[in-house]
Amino acid sequence: MQYLWDGIQQAFLQILSGDHEVMQATLRTIWISGTAVLAASVFGIPIGMCLARTRFPLRHTLLQAFRIGMALPTVFIGIICFAMFSRQAPLGPLNILYTPWAIMVGEFLLALPIIVSLTQGAIQSLDRRISETAKILGAGRLLRWRTFLSEARIGISLAILTAFSRCVTELGIAMMVGGNIKDRTRTLSTATAMETGKGEFSDGLAMGVILLGIAMIVTLTIGRLIRDDE
Amino acid sequence: MRLAVTTSTHDSGLLEILVPIFEERANARVDVIAAGTGKSLLLGERGEVDAILCHSRDAEEKFIKSGHGIRREDVMFNTFEILGPPDDPAKIKGLQPHQAFARLSTQQATFVSRGDESGTHIREKEIWGLLDSKTKTDHILKTGQGMGPTLTITDQKQAYTICDRATFLYMQDHITLIPLVPQALILKNSYGVIVVNPNKNNLVNSDIANQWVDFLISSEIQQKIQEYQINGESLFFPLHDASGSSYSVQ
Repeated sequence: MQYLWDGIQQAFLQILSGDHEVMQATLRTIWISGTAVLAASVFGIPIGMCLARTRFPLRHTLLQAFRIGMALPTVFIGIICFAMFSRQAPLGPLNILYTPWAIMVGEFLLALPIIVSLTQGAIQSLDRRISETAKILGAGRLLRWRTFLSEARIGISLAILTAFSRCVTELGIAMMVGGNIKDRTRTLSTATAMETGKGEFSDGLAMGVILLGIAMIVTLTIGRLIRDDE
Repeated sequence: MRLAVTTSTHDSGLLEILVPIFEERANARVDVIAAGTGKSLLLGERGEVDAILCHSRDAEEKFIKSGHGIRREDVMFNTFEILGPPDDPAKIKGLQPHQAFARLSTQQATFVSRGDESGTHIREKEIWGLLDSKTKTDHILKTGQGMGPTLTITDQKQAYTICDRATFLYMQDHITLIPLVPQALILKNSYGVIVVNPNKNNLVNSDIANQWVDFLISSEIQQKIQEYQINGESLFFPLHDASGSSYSVQ
């Protein structure tokens, strides 16, 4: 139990003192996960909308594939990425294994199914009359789709938030294709695993507390942006 | 340069002293990836890394013989320790390593093994291999994890394990386990550095890896290795003398 208290104290000490390594790992974690989720949103939200509002062959299969993809274990994605980026692999010449870029690609694959599936769900469940009303009022296709986005904003931001929470805390991808390299690919989660492995439980806990802090700030910010409490 | 190292040298903090000096002198960046000896050698075999620092002589020599590496040098050594609870319920204190292992088996005292083909696990298997093949091994728990987590598990279970001295020294404050078996030849732990064969793919850089090896065995750095201490104890001892030639390892 002593660890818990020590860990919480240590977290605040490290934040207040601006501990270089912890700050770097924190910023790196936000940067990597943020970029991955941003990219996944840019692709995922339109895909989710198409799946919800258009009909085409194999639509159902694709939808199921994305939903199953939400259960992808991070270590599995890690192995796939390792196989893609290893020096002997087709993408080896890019030389991005053990760099933040490799982690970003992995986290993109992790985030995409979540954003697609949850966006599709949010838009699909909108009242049909919204679409019809917009049509009657003379809204074109583009405007109608913008209406969906705005009506489903709570569901979509929840999709982004869910994807971000999974990316920011995931360990399997960051460890496998990042390699936990100091000053380069060490993220809060790989640092937590490393410190815990070394028996430094309070250091590990401190990083956990910082991760929670990030989740809190992001949640509050998104809540503000979409004003879901009004 | 990409360098695979055993967790013991990574966690001990030694590389955090040596790597920046090398980076400055060679004007290169070193990415250190911590992995057990088995995984490090595998990364070398696939040409994912340029150099390897690990501690399993036979496996290293096999690696060179198979043509995966083009150069191997002894760097430093320390010892393995057989650890157990201070009250030593299986009474192995003072025995020879293989006798201690035999006694743990007959006493059915829990022994926690890395089980991950690391250098430490390979050595552990060598000691079990000295015993009668009918020796019972169902008292062995395999964690499949690094030395740190394995020590924590052993400590929580108040069981026995084998550990390199560097990891034991920096984990000492977190655990109650103590070394029980006096030093013996089979507990000697020597670290070697390997230059990966550049024929693997065109990304393997053996020039920088060679520079790294020369750097490690230079008398200045060998001195630095010996001077690196935790709680007033050296973690590693040099294997090269001032003239740069190798001490013989028994």
